Amino acid sequence: MQFGIFSVGDVTTDPTTGRTPTEHERIKAMVAIALKAEEVGLDVFATGEHHNPPFVPSSPTTMLGYIAARTERLILSTSTTLITTNDPVKIAEDFAMLQHLAEGRVDVMMGRGNTGPVYPWFGQDIRQGIPLAIENYALLHQLWREENVDWQGRFRTPLQSFTSTPRPLDDTPPFVWHGSIRSPEIAEQAAYYGDGFFANNIFWPKEHFQKLINLYRERYAHYGHGTPEQAMVGLGGQVFMRKNSQDAVREFRPYFDNAPVYGHGPSLEEFTEQTPLTVGSPQEVVEKTLAFRESFGDYQRQLFLMDHAGLPLKTVLEQLDLLGEEVVPVLRKEFAKGRPAEVPDGPTHAARVAARAESLEEAK
Amino acid sequence: MSTVKLAVVSAGLSVPSSTRLLADRIAEATARELRDAGREVDVTVIELRDLAREIADNLVTGFPGPGLRRALAAVTDADGIVAVTPIFSASYSGLFKSFVDVIDKDALTGRPVLIAATGGTARHSLALEHAMRPLFAHLRAVVAPTAVYAASEDWGSAGSADGALAGRIARAAGELAELMAGRPAAARTEEAVIPFAQQLAALRTG
Repeated sequence: MQFGIFSVGDVTTDPTTGRTPTEHERIKAMVAIALKAEEVGLDVFATGEHHNPPFVPSSPTTMLGYIAARTERLILSTSTTLITTNDPVKIAEDFAMLQHLAEGRVDVMMGRGNTGPVYPWFGQDIRQGIPLAIENYALLHQLWREENVDWQGRFRTPLQSFTSTPRPLDDTPPFVWHGSIRSPEIAEQAAYYGDGFFANNIFWPKEHFQKLINLYRERYAHYGHGTPEQAMVGLGGQVFMRKNSQDAVREFRPYFDNAPVYGHGPSLEEFTEQTPLTVGSPQEVVEKTLAFRESFGDYQRQLFLMDHAGLPLKTVLEQLDLLGEEVVPVLRKEFAKGRPAEVPDGPTHAARVAARAESLEEAK
Repeated sequence: MSTVKLAVVSAGLSVPSSTRLLADRIAEATARELRDAGREVDVTVIELRDLAREIADNLVTGFPGPGLRRALAAVTDADGIVAVTPIFSASYSGLFKSFVDVIDKDALTGRPVLIAATGGTARHSLALEHAMRPLFAHLRAVVAPTAVYAASEDWGSAGSADGALAGRIARAAGELAELMAGRPAAARTEEAVIPFAQQLAALRTG
């Protein structure tokens, strides 16, 4: 099982000081947070993609390439890459290049994005969101697996004898997650390809995501990729910790109350009760995260949202220390207990290369 | 005979409220009609005042809290709905509209609805026709032809005004009961998955 963090990349005023970081500071902070993730023993760093203020990560592979050069083990991913408005040809090229530079420590999460105007800004129609996600990904999937691609679709100029370069490292494309908050069509898409399904699992009650994940697992088996239990599931989560629970609540409350996404709505207490958000001691975080398995089954990747709502870098780094020292080691041990042998580990390039070699061998 | 479910949404703000009073009278009349037709009736009343904060929270967070979730389930599972709002500033109240805004946009398709309102003066009664009826038409609900408006004066005990209100309630309740009786037993349709090959094929031929 893999553990990591995902960042939205928002530039938000710290409500306790009134200070807003510059874009430059925020970008450097994201890098510092990624490096810290590796230092404290996490497995994954994922960045969002946005094309409007107050967000900085418009160019994820540039940032991930830089982080790749300064890390050795960390898997670099996204949360999410906009499959609707990016040209699938450019996604194929960018992530294959990143794969080579990072020695395979790359995967990618497809998403449709939640900012309406991005569609017209990139020449697309938001009402075509699902068809765009389906057609663009079908092309991306083909570009990574076939050298000479003839292709014609509804949304992009046709291709004749096109070869996406560089070819994926070891002829093994990056593992793909499909992220969705509400669309069964996307769970179905992930199942069809035997790709992973990521439920962001923050902000909304678990019942909602249970339905999507159950559908994905069932359809994954339907398409012959394995049993429902072998489907590749990733979950988000959101935590704020201090050694003493009360200190965590006291410190996080102003950030919660003013958070861009849920601020000025329910109280911190109501929100922690109704959603996966945990504000408390590392022990409480461990307990709440372990309960995810009860709701969603054994899964492959847990990502936490740690750096948002204007939390200062110093605080975020302290949070990562707690996560790496007191939470993740316990989670690794506890999640391993009673985990059936046939449930796969989190996806890695090495494992995918080995699986590919094995299936080529079988084919002979 | 199977039990039919009637959900009554009341957006009155005072306690007790004339909006709730009207809602109760309509609910009783509708239940009576249904029982006379041999149906068991299960009535659930949803007081939006009790859900005011959860409704506002849902607007902010995008998901309903536990109380609101139960209320939404009661409304979307019902075989018929009585919706009653006070008229504020020439239209339904903000709280009423906010509640409607957090209902899934397809959840009331084809659902029988009786619309009703209260106000200080009868001069606002057409708000039912120019605001409430289009709102439910947008949701593709089936709205009973008679809408019931009760002004303060309608609650007077003196004969004719009250009689007129009672008559409107009876007519509207009869219409709603008939619509509910004519509706096939609500089939619990699971969210259908469109097989992926079909989604792909639709793009190729589209």
